[in-house]
Amino acid sequence: MYSQELTDNNMLRYTRQLVLDGFGPEGQNKLKMAKVLIVGAGGLGSPASIYLAAAGVGTIGIVDYDTVSYSNLNRQIAYSTEDIGRYKTDCSEKQLTRLNPDIEIIKHSLKLSADNVREILVAYDVIIDATDNFPTRYLVSDTAYFLKKPVIEGAVAGYDGILMTIIPDKTPCYRCLYPTPPEDIALNSTEETGVLGMLPGIIGTMQALEAVKLIIGIGQTVSGRIITFDAISSSFRDISWKRRKDCPLCGKK
Amino acid sequence: MIVITVNGKQEELPESTSITDLLIKYGVKPETVVVELNYEIPERQSWADIKLVNEDHLEIVKFIGGG
Ligand SMILES: [Zn+2]
Repeated sequence: MYSQELTDNNMLRYTRQLVLDGFGPEGQNKLKMAKVLIVGAGGLGSPASIYLAAAGVGTIGIVDYDTVSYSNLNRQIAYSTEDIGRYKTDCSEKQLTRLNPDIEIIKHSLKLSADNVREILVAYDVIIDATDNFPTRYLVSDTAYFLKKPVIEGAVAGYDGILMTIIPDKTPCYRCLYPTPPEDIALNSTEETGVLGMLPGIIGTMQALEAVKLIIGIGQTVSGRIITFDAISSSFRDISWKRRKDCPLCGKK
Repeated sequence: MIVITVNGKQEELPESTSITDLLIKYGVKPETVVVELNYEIPERQSWADIKLVNEDHLEIVKFIGGG
């Protein structure tokens, strides 16, 4: 069933998680066989990709067309000052392979669009939406809905963070939360709102945790609910959220 | 007066406060949020007409889309 047994070195590498309840070599092999796509290699995608690589997710795809700039470095912890001007996908591959040489990194150094989104998403088991804008979020979550792939939505703006895991037809979808984009699309770019690096660190890390739990099938994911995090008061809110009957995407026609 | 729960906290409000009134009172621009009332999601267009009543449970969630 599994492609190959865990090597002795990897037994050591993963020993702290192998001993966890519900994990074991079987859970580790599920991670090894899993393909996770991270859309956006910025403030959320950096910690998400690092933790998934460390945990031993066998295939990690990264979508980003951008290069590293100085203003990225307060939060995009996959990159160093020496990476300025280089493609984020190339830098991520270097960093993640150095951390864990046994995993495969697939680079998608392109701008996601209606023309290419389907062929990219279709090859993966779990999608992490770590993009920095609403139009791409709708593109990713709508496409994943039609492909019946789980999407882990995480976002930040100012001191606010949000997280939800979407299982098509089982949980509310992204449009059950936000049926249409906000009037002021720019409202939410971190260029406008500012952001302190720890906030996407927290949300991106939670996205990685959601992915691991989905893949292994342990615990409760943030599905059928939404978690928001207020970095100023250091408080989480856990909000039950239902499917919209009139949802433009998943609602009954 | 009525007592309702907003984002998990108890709030005392005058009778016949609408969702829109409440957002304004909180200094929240309606176009920057979505709301859930008693685990149902009312249409944005109806917020001004929905009067909150005792023991209502309201959740206000901002549009958050950055990364
Ligand atoms: Zn929906």
